Amino acid sequence: MHTDVLVIGGGNAALCAALMAAEAGASVTLLEAAPREWRGGNSAHTRNLRCMHDAPQDVLVDAYPEEEFWQDLLKVTGGITNEHLARLTIRASSTCRDWMRQHGVHFQPPLSGALHVARTNAFFMGGGKALVNAYYRSAEKLGVQIRYQAQVERIEVEGGRFVAAHVTTPQGTERVSAKSCVLAAGGFESNRDWLREAWGQNERGEWPAENFLIRGTRFNQGTLLKHLLGDHGADRIGDPTQAHMVAIDARAPLYDGGICTRIDCVSLGVVVNRDGARFYDEGEDFWPKRYAIWGRLVAQQPGQIAYSIIDSKAVGRFMPPVFPGVVADSLPELAQKLGLPVERFMQTLNNYNAACREGTFDHTTLDDCHTEGVNPAKTHWARPIDTGPFYAYAVRPGVTFTYLGLKTDDTAAVRFGDMPSPNLFVAGEMMAGNVLGKGYTAGVGMSIGTAFGRIAGTNAARAALEAQHANA
Amino acid sequence: MQTLEALTQEAKALANGELTAPETEVARQLQICNACRYCEGFCAMFPAMTRRLEFGKADIHFLANLCHNCGACLHACQYAPPHEFAVNVPQAMATVRGQTYADYAWPAPLGQLYQRNGLTLSIALAAGLALFIWLAAGASTGAKDFYAIFPHNFLVSLFAPVFLFAVLALALGVRRFWRDIGPATTGAPLTPPAAAEATHDVLRLKYLDGGHGEGCNNEDDAFGMSRRRAHHLTFYGFMLCFAATSVATLYHYAFNLPAPYDLPSLPKLLGVVGGVMLCMGTLGLFKLKLQRHPLHGDAAQKPMDYGFIGLLFLISASGLLLWALRGHAQMPLALAIHLGSVMALFATLPYNKFAHGIYRTASLLRHAVEKRQPNRLGLGED
Repeated sequence: MHTDVLVIGGGNAALCAALMAAEAGASVTLLEAAPREWRGGNSAHTRNLRCMHDAPQDVLVDAYPEEEFWQDLLKVTGGITNEHLARLTIRASSTCRDWMRQHGVHFQPPLSGALHVARTNAFFMGGGKALVNAYYRSAEKLGVQIRYQAQVERIEVEGGRFVAAHVTTPQGTERVSAKSCVLAAGGFESNRDWLREAWGQNERGEWPAENFLIRGTRFNQGTLLKHLLGDHGADRIGDPTQAHMVAIDARAPLYDGGICTRIDCVSLGVVVNRDGARFYDEGEDFWPKRYAIWGRLVAQQPGQIAYSIIDSKAVGRFMPPVFPGVVADSLPELAQKLGLPVERFMQTLNNYNAACREGTFDHTTLDDCHTEGVNPAKTHWARPIDTGPFYAYAVRPGVTFTYLGLKTDDTAAVRFGDMPSPNLFVAGEMMAGNVLGKGYTAGVGMSIGTAFGRIAGTNAARAALEAQHANA
Repeated sequence: MQTLEALTQEAKALANGELTAPETEVARQLQICNACRYCEGFCAMFPAMTRRLEFGKADIHFLANLCHNCGACLHACQYAPPHEFAVNVPQAMATVRGQTYADYAWPAPLGQLYQRNGLTLSIALAAGLALFIWLAAGASTGAKDFYAIFPHNFLVSLFAPVFLFAVLALALGVRRFWRDIGPATTGAPLTPPAAAEATHDVLRLKYLDGGHGEGCNNEDDAFGMSRRRAHHLTFYGFMLCFAATSVATLYHYAFNLPAPYDLPSLPKLLGVVGGVMLCMGTLGLFKLKLQRHPLHGDAAQKPMDYGFIGLLFLISASGLLLWALRGHAQMPLALAIHLGSVMALFATLPYNKFAHGIYRTASLLRHAVEKRQPNRLGLGED
């Protein structure tokens, strides 16, 4: 079969590209690897979009100017970003929401427990799956041909120009030619072999990635990414071990645990590793600003597991976890129940409790409750863990998405030997590493996917329609 | 036997304050929802949920009746089947709602009429029709006046006790429900602003608007207003018919103006407009229910739903037919059908789908009270 624009992928970036291309008058086919009920990739697990705005805007309060957004991004990435593409993303985030609304996306004020991002993030009513549903409905109305369970194993590229994709569906294999193509098929986070290989073996002889959980879709196998980087020598960006990675409940399912598996009580207590030792300042900053570093921190611990310990004073002060915690009336009993070395655990807790210099506890500010004389210190919200019953939550690294991707520019073109392809474009997780070299800040993945999805769709339509004119 | 065992078990659970299987399922799902909260914007149920960390029996009864089964949270859910968490809040809530109607019914043994509600309504209808057809057969032939067939006072003596019993039974049922959910919703008393807000939400069916005003889901993830409109036609059509009867009663006793009434008299106007609305509304609800997504709601309650819709349709259609047939030989039969179906509705009022409006209103009132009280939870940075 043949189409003007072929979009490979079925999440936010792919849908943005398909909608823009269809609006520009191109015929569009979208290939989603997942069956319909699992469509949307990781976008179905998202909840908001980080948005620049200079004044209050419907659901967004105050202002979040370009410079502040850029500084936030600079901070979390430690400078491993492309300023030009980052600023392009930031500016696009200030103007895309009317277009999103036209395609059926509804925004709402921040969810309870998320007021800290009322200024920076616009929440999708019903979350990312509602957004994905709205985009699919809109795409169907615009005549986009949508095929589910359509996996692309390889594409044909001639002289940097996309020619056709080879698609496997339950019905068989097919070659789909198109005048242009958008790659938006996600990272490789669901490919456990690749993760294992990327993370390698540590000094303890462990393969850390074997203990990772995947917060999102099981369909992001990175097949196309590997194919483009390996077989076509497309220009690459990013480190394969860098990813959006948080500490999540160790009992979460292997895939698709999503938001509800997060453990939000870290800053209210202490976190110990398998040996019963603390390893990082739990109160360094507000949790929403720190949650994204704890995945890597836990990945570096023996057995890639850690335990968030709180006492009764913390109950009701954090988002309720999806699974009940391990409960005990005394700390030694808690250690026993967790299978931790009791003596070492008690030493850690006693040292910590003795080191707490309690001031005025206030979880809404960087308060003055801190420790003195323990390493690592806890710099805020440090209160002795002394009021039973005590609760513990085991956590493991949860990978949201990987940052290794295809290098691109402000046209979203895939590049070969530093030359942009005239008709092959990339969006979403497959190129997020251009902006996110490491770290994460809430909602920026959707900002990148929306900005580059729309650019890729526009440019793919233009490339297709130009090809048409050239033939005519 | 199995049903009996299930019933016994349920009764035991109820007595002990333990959760029944459907309630346990709601508690399980809400634990997941409370850790996610993406659906907070759709309706009243989710914001009410976030005020809780645990879900006891009374919380579950309150929340289940707060749910309007709009379906928005199912289609938006990242944990809906085939996800292993198998979250389907509308379905879990519908199952518990069905249970609360039966559990709170007065007198208690009659709650069992909900178990096979389609059968209950069919028998009631058959009995109602038989009664009035039999009565009509005894009346003077060729009568053109309703009251020549059924004298007014005779009709009042039949309907008034049945209607008053229905009102009493519903009132006692909802009173017990109110007493159970009150303490679980802060226990604060109902205030005029709370009552006004809940009344508004009931009369406008606010929570079928999807939170964004585009309506609720029916056959798929698309939003639409047709369910809300069909509901409104049914509800207001019913109320107009009821008003027509009330005004007619007033005319009869206070002004000595017996039926029949003609256009443009008030009872006739109310009755015709109400009857047409009720017909359209019930037809709409029937069609929408046929098209409804299979995962919405509790499939076991479909006979109850269809039975109720069918009965209301029969009442409105036979009422309109009565007007058309005035002066015809078939009029007495139409009148018998109309009165028989009205009797069936009234007799089963505390044991049919009608209860959903009563219990949902009670939950909305308690929600309007609770949301005005300070939240005892302080989550993180809020």
